[in-house]
Amino acid sequence: MDENAAVAVQGLRKSYGKVDAVKGVDFEVRPGEVFGFLGPNGAGKTTTISMLCTLVNPTGGGATVAGHDVVRERDEVRRNIGLVFQDPTLDGYLSAEQNLRFHAELYGVPKRLVGDRIRQVMEMVALWDRRDAKVMTFSGGMKRRLEIARGLLHSPRVLFLDEPTVGLDPQTRSAIWGYINQLRLMEDITIFMTTHYMDEAEYCDRIAIIDHGEIVVIDSPEALKASVGEDRVQIQTADDTAAIEALRERFGLEAAVREGAVTFAVPAGEAFVPRLFAELGMPIRSVSVSRPSLDDVFMSYTGSTIRDAEAGGDTMAWMRAMARR
Amino acid sequence: MATETIGVRVPARSAGHDLRAVKIVLHREMLRFVNDRTRMLSMLMQPVLWLFVMGTGLGSLVQGSIPGVDYRTFMYPGMISMTVIMTGMFSAGSIVWDREFGFLREMLVAPVSRGAIVVGKCLGGAIVATGQGVVILAMAGLVGVPYSPTLLLTLLAEMFLAAFTITAFGVMLAARMKNMQTFFGLMQMAIMPMMFLSGAMFPLANLPSWLHVLTVVNPMTYAVDPMRQAVFSHLDVPAHVNAVLNPGVTWFGRQVPVLLELGVVAALGAALLGVGIAQFRRAE
Repeated sequence: MDENAAVAVQGLRKSYGKVDAVKGVDFEVRPGEVFGFLGPNGAGKTTTISMLCTLVNPTGGGATVAGHDVVRERDEVRRNIGLVFQDPTLDGYLSAEQNLRFHAELYGVPKRLVGDRIRQVMEMVALWDRRDAKVMTFSGGMKRRLEIARGLLHSPRVLFLDEPTVGLDPQTRSAIWGYINQLRLMEDITIFMTTHYMDEAEYCDRIAIIDHGEIVVIDSPEALKASVGEDRVQIQTADDTAAIEALRERFGLEAAVREGAVTFAVPAGEAFVPRLFAELGMPIRSVSVSRPSLDDVFMSYTGSTIRDAEAGGDTMAWMRAMARR
Repeated sequence: MATETIGVRVPARSAGHDLRAVKIVLHREMLRFVNDRTRMLSMLMQPVLWLFVMGTGLGSLVQGSIPGVDYRTFMYPGMISMTVIMTGMFSAGSIVWDREFGFLREMLVAPVSRGAIVVGKCLGGAIVATGQGVVILAMAGLVGVPYSPTLLLTLLAEMFLAAFTITAFGVMLAARMKNMQTFFGLMQMAIMPMMFLSGAMFPLANLPSWLHVLTVVNPMTYAVDPMRQAVFSHLDVPAHVNAVLNPGVTWFGRQVPVLLELGVVAALGAALLGVGIAQFRRAE
């Protein structure tokens, strides 16, 4: 196990009675990376994050966070992590600043730093102007931003974000991602997050796909997509039949007309485009290269799309039954 | 943003750190109370109603049997304890509220001892309750109780002790509660009989023996009696009336000294605090 890993997990398990919520997972999170846990609701994401944050004791296996054991050195772990939960944990009757001050005192932030640090994290999430407003007057997005600021207040080495953007509108979601990206530049921090939004997983350096309490695969989004298959290239030409013929002869590619364009699959599509122009021997009017999406990745590793996985078996059976009628 | 990032290193757990945690939990309790005017007002209305409406009404009924003493003067120490107890219980109940709204989680995941959080909560509740009691203290003159500095200080200290114990009791109840309704239901069930049997409303002398036993085992009796003793020691009451209205508490025929009564309350408070902390340690 890497000594320097921000999070190192070995054979971590959690059972609730007969239900195995997490069935023995192994992974490491490198310092400074954004690591995403991607899976449908009920896959074991929150249970795993709760064990790493010392809120739930594992049934088996172990984990270290910032070099400390999550069971034996609970306080050490807690000192070094920031937490943003799915559900808000703010006191609505206190002002935004009072909420942060409470946190600073509870975490023992050195007194001479408290004021400046509060201002810094609040400015980071653009809430400094609203510091005196009661939190209950805040919108969902503002509350989430304030919670992120609070999670950062004590300069944690690892920030855990459990579904940080769930239930927020697209604009707020992208704003939150803006803060997270900015945060990586400003602070020396590792971010561990869970999400079931495919488009958000794209922002992660590496993602682990978790399904039914097990990790199916871990890699960078790029590598995952590459592993799924080749890029899809579509070209527009004056003579599609000739183009298909030329592709077969010169490149040995099987092409077909799909969605009104000559379509074929190649590995590393972008690198192929210059060759295509140089060697096809006929004018190309337009070209588009598309990568497989994370949806494709999820589909290929788990055999279902994330939405179907969330909808559950019964709903699927019902939908199939409806479709047959 | 040109400013450099301020790096914070969270210090290892120490007594000083726990003390800061106690202080901030307490501070929040006060902020919450001060911000909630309605709660403040309703908490004050209740004893005022009891004292001036019930007290005056019942007083006219019993006037003949307690010569020289206003019934409201008799009720006064009881009303102080009642105010303090209700306020303390409400403060403790906010733990359930905090759990429902998630804020309890913020406290429980912090790298501080559960003890610090529970102690902070109990002290906060006790201080808020004592503050409410001060308002009742200010009304002493209206019911014929003198504004003697020693009396006021004694009552203040006894109030604080009672408030701390009752808040600890409430925190212990609230430790596992999931919703407010259950808590307030249970609170009513626990508080009403304790209140009736404490001597807050009627004197504990000449009661049927079964009732007398209940009053002796009721912990609240030991919070109310010292206050009554303090008030009556500053009044000029004929001995036979004093014997009826301020009989004290007896164990096996012997009068229990005030200090021992206060000791009972303090010991109970400490024990309840211990149980409360243990429950929060277990409730992960």
